[in-house]
Amino acid sequence: MTKNFELILALAFLALLAVLALVGLPGNILNLFIFMMIVALTAQGWNMLGGYGGLSSFGHAAFFGTGAYTTTILQTTFGINAWIGLVCGVALGALVGALIGFLSFRAGLKGSYFALITLAFAEVLRILANSWDFTGGASGMMVSLKNSFWDLQFADRRYFFLILVVFVVLGLFLTRWLERSAFGAYLIALRENDQAAQALGVDIFRIKMQAITLSAAITSLAGCLYVQNFLFIDANVAYGSWISIEALFAAIVGGAGTIAGPLIGSVLLLGLGEITKSFSGGIPGIDLVVFGIILVLCVAFAPNGVRGYVADLYRRRMNRPPSSPKIV
Amino acid sequence: MYSPIIIFEALANGLMLGAVYALIALGLTLIYGVLHIVNFAHGALLTVAMYAIWLAFEKFGLDPYLAILIVTPLMFALGYALQRFIIGPSSHGSDNGILLVTLGLSIVIQNLLLAGFSSDTLTIATDYAFGVVPIGPLLLSLPRVIGLGVSLLTALLLWFVLNRTDIGKAIRAVAKERLGASLVGINVAHVYAMTFALGTACLAIAAGLLMPTFYVSPTTGAAFVLVAFTIVVLGGMGSILGALIGGLLIGVVEAVFSLFLGDSLGQIGIFLIFILVLLVKPTGLFGARG
Amino acid sequence: MLKAHNLTKRFFGLVAVDNASIDVPEGSITGLIGPNGAGKTTLFAMIAGFSPPNEGRVVFQGDDITTEKPHLRARRGLARTFQIVQPFAGLNVRDNIAVGAYLHTKDPTEAKRRATEVAEKVGLGRELDKLASGLTIAGRKRLELARALATRPKLLLLDEVLAGLNPSEIRDVLPIIRKIREEGVTILMIEHIMQAVMNLCDSVYVLSQGKMIASGEPKVVCTDPAVIEAYLGHGAAARMQAEGAAHA
Ligand SMILES: Nc1ncnc2c1ncn2[C@@H]1O[C@H](COP(=O)(O)OP(=O)(O)OP(=O)(O)O)[C@@H](O)[C@H]1O
Ligand SMILES: [Mg+2]
Repeated sequence: MTKNFELILALAFLALLAVLALVGLPGNILNLFIFMMIVALTAQGWNMLGGYGGLSSFGHAAFFGTGAYTTTILQTTFGINAWIGLVCGVALGALVGALIGFLSFRAGLKGSYFALITLAFAEVLRILANSWDFTGGASGMMVSLKNSFWDLQFADRRYFFLILVVFVVLGLFLTRWLERSAFGAYLIALRENDQAAQALGVDIFRIKMQAITLSAAITSLAGCLYVQNFLFIDANVAYGSWISIEALFAAIVGGAGTIAGPLIGSVLLLGLGEITKSFSGGIPGIDLVVFGIILVLCVAFAPNGVRGYVADLYRRRMNRPPSSPKIV
Repeated sequence: MYSPIIIFEALANGLMLGAVYALIALGLTLIYGVLHIVNFAHGALLTVAMYAIWLAFEKFGLDPYLAILIVTPLMFALGYALQRFIIGPSSHGSDNGILLVTLGLSIVIQNLLLAGFSSDTLTIATDYAFGVVPIGPLLLSLPRVIGLGVSLLTALLLWFVLNRTDIGKAIRAVAKERLGASLVGINVAHVYAMTFALGTACLAIAAGLLMPTFYVSPTTGAAFVLVAFTIVVLGGMGSILGALIGGLLIGVVEAVFSLFLGDSLGQIGIFLIFILVLLVKPTGLFGARG
Repeated sequence: MLKAHNLTKRFFGLVAVDNASIDVPEGSITGLIGPNGAGKTTLFAMIAGFSPPNEGRVVFQGDDITTEKPHLRARRGLARTFQIVQPFAGLNVRDNIAVGAYLHTKDPTEAKRRATEVAEKVGLGRELDKLASGLTIAGRKRLELARALATRPKLLLLDEVLAGLNPSEIRDVLPIIRKIREEGVTILMIEHIMQAVMNLCDSVYVLSQGKMIASGEPKVVCTDPAVIEAYLGHGAAARMQAEGAAHA
């Protein structure tokens, strides 16, 4: 399975979803699809840093929330256009990423320590957003209903879904570019062995900074789009650990450090979650139980996620040597 | 202005709360010191223990302090099984693998509890919950005084186990020199699981000490995770004494911050300390391996 | 080309390298030998920027680079291999080497083309698509060499690239090293295998317990009593002389 084939498959799948959506889907399925795309985009952001760079963040909510709050505050408090709000949200999210990256990478944090410190940063932001007035405190903020393209809202949710698909497609192409570029090669190199990378002239600090900034930008874009869909946020939604977890789960289950992994993971997880919820009669939390079990199973049996597992099966059928398991 | 009595009471309260924090951190640091893993499921396991204490009270009318005697061996067994049969085999020994597996476990546990108990907060009503111990001009909460005492006692007991028993010696041998220990015939997988079990058992005691004055909901333990990590990092990863001192310190910090900033912002102090310690302490001591 | 002056490195109590100096002339192959634990790798680490020295200076092509980061030294043309091989385990041989090649081109196609070229030069041409983790010891040593070469170094630091190879593999690698020098790369190599040192090096330095105890032409250095004692223990030189006399 070549990279281009993987990309084409992913694009074909998204095209299929788009056609289905346009032809007509029940409202709740369309909502599920919308949510899948938001999580996929978040996970695509996570994948840049956690998948290709091997720096697992437990706190991508910090970027998601910053994007979400920025565009919300700009729209409601300052009456600024939603698209401009989106651009500002992405910029500020990227800035927060750069800041957290600067501090963490200067201190040489990686592995568990990087995971913990990102979690701590997200928590600090959550507590602050929960108590400050200009973020609406504990009661959160609403974006008023406008329903026009210029306000990035649509009475017909199919169009919103299409916009999300466009962004996810851009994410796919960006990931494909990364895999091919010198930047991506350096990022993967420092994941595999940072000493050796340095010896070959890789400025690992700079590469990590670029990776976290890019990663944060994409995830904060997802945060902005989340608000445009749900028109409401509070601290627990925007900066809550749920989104950090979904991003990480989706990327790892789908296949961290692969082009289509985040998309596969979010579709699979959210789809499965929905199925278990309906079969169990809506027991709260049951979908997350399934997610957790799948994550553990993936770490145990499919270190390269579903994407890697399928590729290995394919290779085995073609009688080619399997790729050795990668430590994510 | 705050009167000195209020400040002193806050300090004393902080110390007493800190002792229970220390107990939670003790388990975490023990596991880190021996297995070199960051056990992300620690908080969720604390929640499990708290529910167990609550159940013992609700179903069997068992006093929380007495219930410790029953819940501790149960948690010990649970910890052993988790490490031996799930975390150990599925993580392939990789750092990131362990982190992800314990994260996955914590999500599973937390949401199983949510499915089983709903998100309601549960409490235990005892007649001593509001008891006070007068010490000089200070009025100290009885359960918290007990918490301080039992926590210190547990730390002492743990020290004894590690230094005076055979399993303790095996644990220390494995912590120091894993390969060497396996060469002289120590079953490393068993020792790892025993360590994990001991660390988990500490949580049962902490749960028993917390329940008379605290509440439990599926996310309660998660709130303690970062606090416990802060203590462990502050005290030096793997250091028992460090965890003890770090716990007391964090308890005091939280009490003081809460007094001046209110409860919700008070927590920020802990996170800021955590971030600062991680950033400022030279990475060689705990960060990159070797 | 490289002048390292009075380098000292202390680990807690232990003085791993003690006031050692080394001078590598342009175009040469210079050897660095010494018993196990002498501090050779530590000296390399200071020269390549992986471990800041407690004292002393490193001068490369006239510039003081003592405090410069490793990646900047690599850009100046100073490349090293690792004694304990450090492959990018999850990448194939071509991509491993390409990481080195990206130092001079940002074009992926060009980087991979150069990687292929270098791989052929060191005898990895047939294993380009193999994962690095699937290589033999000999293969991994070659990969170390290939990656360093791909950065187009002016000075190449080789840390025991022959260790762990069997005699026939060593015979294969020696001409590769010689060819690298002929193409204008200066080489400083740590080596235990004396046959290789005698064969390749213009001059050698001997490090023992952190101190530079001898330097000069390989043949001369090998018969230096201080060197023999460093390797074989106190009194060894005298014993050997006595034995030699007895045999004669
Ligand atoms: N990071 C470190 N911390 C503490 N001691 C170290 C460290 N690195 C090396 N040492 C010690 O410094 C001394 C020199 O080690 P070094 O690896 O430089 O020797 P070497 O000459 O390369 O030996 P060999 O021939 O075995 O490769 C040894 O005693 C080693 O134990
Ligand atoms: Mg060495």
